[in-house]
Amino acid sequence: MADKRMTEDEAVATLSDGMTIGIGGWGSRRKPMSLVRALLRTDLKDLTIVSYGGPDVGLLCAAGKVKRLVYGFVSLDSIALEPHFRAARQNGTIPEVVEYDEGMLQWGLYAASLRLPFLPTRAGLGSDVVKNDPSLRTVKSPYADGEELLAVPALNLDAAFVHLNRADERGNAQFLGPDLYFDDLFLNAAAVGRRFLSVEKIVPTEELLKNGSIHTMKINRSMVDGVIEAPNGAHFTNCQPDYERDEKFQKEYADAAKDPETWKAFVETYLSGSEADYQKAVAAR
Amino acid sequence: MSDATLGEICVVAVADTFRGDGEIFASGMGTIPMLGARLARATFEPDLLVSDGEAFFVANDLPVGGTDKQVEGWIPFRSVFDTLWGGRRHVVMGASQIDSFGNQNIANIGDWNKPKSQLLGVRGAPGNTVNHTTSYFIGNQTNRVFVEKVDTVSGIGYDRAAELGEWVKAHHELRRVVTNLAVYDFNTPDHRMRVASLHPGVSIDDVTAACSFELVIPSDIPTTRLPTDEELRVLREVLDPKSFRDRELPAA
Repeated sequence: MADKRMTEDEAVATLSDGMTIGIGGWGSRRKPMSLVRALLRTDLKDLTIVSYGGPDVGLLCAAGKVKRLVYGFVSLDSIALEPHFRAARQNGTIPEVVEYDEGMLQWGLYAASLRLPFLPTRAGLGSDVVKNDPSLRTVKSPYADGEELLAVPALNLDAAFVHLNRADERGNAQFLGPDLYFDDLFLNAAAVGRRFLSVEKIVPTEELLKNGSIHTMKINRSMVDGVIEAPNGAHFTNCQPDYERDEKFQKEYADAAKDPETWKAFVETYLSGSEADYQKAVAAR
Repeated sequence: MSDATLGEICVVAVADTFRGDGEIFASGMGTIPMLGARLARATFEPDLLVSDGEAFFVANDLPVGGTDKQVEGWIPFRSVFDTLWGGRRHVVMGASQIDSFGNQNIANIGDWNKPKSQLLGVRGAPGNTVNHTTSYFIGNQTNRVFVEKVDTVSGIGYDRAAELGEWVKAHHELRRVVTNLAVYDFNTPDHRMRVASLHPGVSIDDVTAACSFELVIPSDIPTTRLPTDEELRVLREVLDPKSFRDRELPAA
């Protein structure tokens, strides 16, 4: 019985420059932020990031770690536009940008998780998504309809980060909020050995079903290589029902991004130490 | 004489876009589109499904920001995608730019490779528009929003749809565009945008001044209908007692 418990720093130590990392959650909702913060503490560079983007994308762009970004949107939800992502796009500092329809992103992850080279869809056809990514191809239905469909290529990941509410130490995990988002697909699209799950709390296996119905247990241990206990680990994004988004902190983050000096001070205050230092600084406000 | 505000006229105009839709997901992005969907369901289109904006279908007439939900179904994002690809949805989205064939942009302003202003990204607009009925609500119609050519086609217009296969042509429908000035549709032979009605007090000159392309202008243009007393009551007392509608769209 493998005990898969580890720390964020041990998880990111398995990564190397140029890898493709998928990050679960949605916008500013249930993001694996403690793993993202661990990534910020490394010297890793030239990463490809795949995300329904929120502050994960913003922080990694601000730190100059992103070589290629694959997204359907980037938003902080209650603040519509992500300031660091905007700045990076407007200054042209992300070398390669792949902007998909939200459903195309799901399809790419699903294709990877099923080990298929692509999955067909109509989403994206006719839009500038196909103009802006000239590598996209269409495929003709082999049946009588002969319809031409967009072939979304598999988004194979070298690593995945997701944050859920509860798990046991072997990686059986549970979401207790209203939406799993696409976290199971991120895990299934990633290489075995680098599928990392942080949770609010690690509990004995028998406790999982006491917390919620069987339908909350969509992640089983064959999908997970490392389990990280990270209380408040999604901060400042939400992690319902454990906590809501820290709107005040998110505003502080977004305001700080407007000016290099204030951003430097923000990094100094919150992002210059360990995860424990971060949580302490957040609590001390 | 009705005392309906601009916000209320727009909510009702959005609600009217759902008329006849039956038992599908009426999805509104933003306060006024969301209120439009809820008002339609509360009054003349009772079979519509409306969500709380998060992950649940709600059976009761939920006020904006309300939490007292009578849940009648679960609609996490994956189910939203399934529903929209299955065609059982009509969405009212926003648009940072729109052109005469209804191509919509919410992604960025300027060259996509190095935008002058990065916005949201295309979000679900490409998939929405090829799969089911789409309408738009624009709270600030200007000639920089109604443009000759949008910078990044997110939701596809009729000219783009016409270049795709028969299936897409059969399922692509841009029903209406509601703005702070007027209501538009695409009921013209070549599906160019047409003025369907002008809001009270708005002239055709106001509308053309706030548009960079040539609108189809019928000889006889009706005035956008005013909310009924019952619609105003439901809106003011039930769905939006704190009047978020007027904050989003203050009267000129």
